[in-house]
Amino acid sequence: MTEVAVTSEKPPAPKKQASRGGGGVRGWFGRQPVWVRAVVVLAATAAAFLLPYVGDVPVIGPQIVTNGVDWTSALFNMSYYVLLALGLNVVVGYAGLLDLGYVGFFAVGAYGTALLTSPDSILYSHTGWAWLAAAPFALALTMLAGLILGWPTLRLRGDYLAIVTLGFAEIIRIVATSTDTLRGDRGFTSIPHPPGSYSDGSPIFGVRDATPYFWLGLVVIILVILGVRNLDRSRVGRSWLAIREDEEAAEVMGVRTTKYKLWAFAIGAFIGGLGGVMFAGEQSFINSQTFVLQFSILVLAGVVMGGSGNIAGAILGGALISYIPDRLRGISFGGTDLYEYRFALFGIVIIVIMILRPQGLIPSRRRAMELKDREKEVAPSE
Amino acid sequence: MLLELDNITLAYGRIQALHGISLTVGEGEIVALIGANGAGKSTTMRAISGLRPVAQGKIRFDGADITKMRADLRVVRGVSQSPEGRGIFPGMTVRENLEMGAYTRRNRTEIDQDMQRVFDLFPRLKEREKQAGGTLSGGEQQMLAVGRALMSRPKLLLLDEPSMGLAPMLIQQIFDIIVEINQQGTTVLLVEQNAQQALSRAHRAYVLETGRIVKEGTGNDLLTDPAVKDAYLGVA
Repeated sequence: MTEVAVTSEKPPAPKKQASRGGGGVRGWFGRQPVWVRAVVVLAATAAAFLLPYVGDVPVIGPQIVTNGVDWTSALFNMSYYVLLALGLNVVVGYAGLLDLGYVGFFAVGAYGTALLTSPDSILYSHTGWAWLAAAPFALALTMLAGLILGWPTLRLRGDYLAIVTLGFAEIIRIVATSTDTLRGDRGFTSIPHPPGSYSDGSPIFGVRDATPYFWLGLVVIILVILGVRNLDRSRVGRSWLAIREDEEAAEVMGVRTTKYKLWAFAIGAFIGGLGGVMFAGEQSFINSQTFVLQFSILVLAGVVMGGSGNIAGAILGGALISYIPDRLRGISFGGTDLYEYRFALFGIVIIVIMILRPQGLIPSRRRAMELKDREKEVAPSE
Repeated sequence: MLLELDNITLAYGRIQALHGISLTVGEGEIVALIGANGAGKSTTMRAISGLRPVAQGKIRFDGADITKMRADLRVVRGVSQSPEGRGIFPGMTVRENLEMGAYTRRNRTEIDQDMQRVFDLFPRLKEREKQAGGTLSGGEQQMLAVGRALMSRPKLLLLDEPSMGLAPMLIQQIFDIIVEINQQGTTVLLVEQNAQQALSRAHRAYVLETGRIVKEGTGNDLLTDPAVKDAYLGVA
């Protein structure tokens, strides 16, 4: 199993790496021979799987774990935020389509699962499926939602697209709040957990320990990373890159822009849907309160903060937007829980990062270049 | 005729940009479109490359009606545009930009040959091969835009303002290369503010005013036409 991970981490062709510049960790990483990179990636993966036990590490461990929130639950939260950041990174980071309503896809994935599995669903007498059986249908539904959103917005760019996507997510939330079928605040209960049980008959995915959910999340994340990497390096990725950098130029190069934009929406939706399906399976309960606008903004902030257009950046950003608020919980400051101030603190952190490092914490080389290019347009120095 | 526009009209919303443009470009020609800002030159180019749907009229290219054809398929048929403002991909290297120009093609050997040809035409690009497009100077970007447009091995090369923002010496150089490209067998339709250069290099030219063609003729005829001289050539 590890062999697979190693080979897919290799660059596609033995191209000359000498020109791969850039300082910092990323530059260093790019210059290392394949085996060093493989070892680093494997070590990081192993470390990620061991995260639930980090609290046992003396001295450092207790500083890392969340005090106010069960640590394994916090890790699971991070895992689906990372997933969402990876998905949104395809739409925003690769294809350059500003999507402010990404939570909509998360919601469709979760509601799709709930409708097919929960006893509260009007479909229950016909379906009442297991979680795993419902997952593919819920995902197909989210991809369809991605296409439905993508189709009418193909001609829109930048701000206009952002507004329409915002509307899309709000429509989904409002429909969920006010239609009887989607049960509004009452929500769906008893959504089944993922399958599997230990030898003593107790379920792997229970309610007491979130560790298995986190591991499941990690596995899904790894699969998504592999898929997204391959796409990015294919003709599809090249087309996204061209569309993002200059859509009109891409079109006159012969890129079928509408097709690839729809692809970006559908793939982004699929990954967001995965997050929703996992979320529903872990929580066992969802209602319309879960899918607020804030959520979309938060994930977008994570992508931008981490480094738009870069997988490592999206992972870091996604993890941070979930970790920081959870870590703040239970720390009291002048009598109030710091968690109450999470959005304020968060805003400050984001502003500071954006001032000091506008390209994100782990930037994509190209993105950094594009950013510089845009600055030149705003203030021509020649 | 390689390209034929028959009474093309086009509107941006309610603003009519083209009022019935008819023009032809023969195989092997350099044809120039000149006119003031907002006369509809670039819009005409966009209609030809398919970036903008036309309201009425017909566009025929290489024996086929392409009026309603998708832009990407027009590239496959042999229409290649160097867009207004150059449209360089800033985060891609010079080589990657040129590779994008060959997006619709699959034959690696031929692509490499054409890449070599572009580097022969523009040795400067070879020197900058691994540099990001966004770091190039204006002149280099223009060379890259023209070179990239050649990478699809077009029958018709559409150049939108190739001299824009360039120093006089560079303008000469770019036009020399355009003529050279033409002599190597590519038909060229170019839009220019720099009427003097365009008319002296083109076989034929059209003068556009507010979305209409008001004059046409050989480059030399128009160069000596008093009205054209007055309006577009300054006091030269």
